[in-house]
Amino acid sequence: MFDIASIVVTFAIMLTLYRAIKGPTVYDRVLAANAIGTKAVVILVLIGFAYGRPHFLDLAVVYTLINFIATIAFLKYREMGRLD
Amino acid sequence: MDIKTIICGVFLGIGCFFVVVTAIGIVRFPDFFSRLHPAGKTDTVGQALIFIGLMVYEGFSLISVKLFIIMVLIFIASPTATHAVAQAAFLKGIIPWKKKEKK
Repeated sequence: MFDIASIVVTFAIMLTLYRAIKGPTVYDRVLAANAIGTKAVVILVLIGFAYGRPHFLDLAVVYTLINFIATIAFLKYREMGRLD
Repeated sequence: MDIKTIICGVFLGIGCFFVVVTAIGIVRFPDFFSRLHPAGKTDTVGQALIFIGLMVYEGFSLISVKLFIIMVLIFIASPTATHAVAQAAFLKGIIPWKKKEKK
């Protein structure tokens, strides 16, 4: 069950990667990267359940925060030209 | 088969459906501002359904509390990031897509 769900989410990641590579503007790529990050958290939790390792959940929490902060930091750099 | 496993399977199936619909929407929509719709809303619902299914499968323990924390974090962070992307793109002057008029 968990392995089938993780295969489906991997397929969705591959579809989103098309937009991240081809996207006409920078913001399309940022959006696709954010969506890929969310799906990566889901796949991390699913693999943790499939292998019976609940330690992966802590990594998922950290990855969620890093994904959000990376998106905001990139947008701020893009808008203001600096990060301070 | 256990009833918990069946409920978990149903939630996982609906969540995977939403996640795949998100990916198809990001690929197929014609414009940046219309691509924000699947990325902001459908993705959040899809991951929330998958995490609710895993919480039902696990029962009440430390693991399900961690799953709930991850779910709430993504529920707050993902629409906020989408809104930030939309505002940055709008301030940079990207023109929204319109349907072509027939001449």
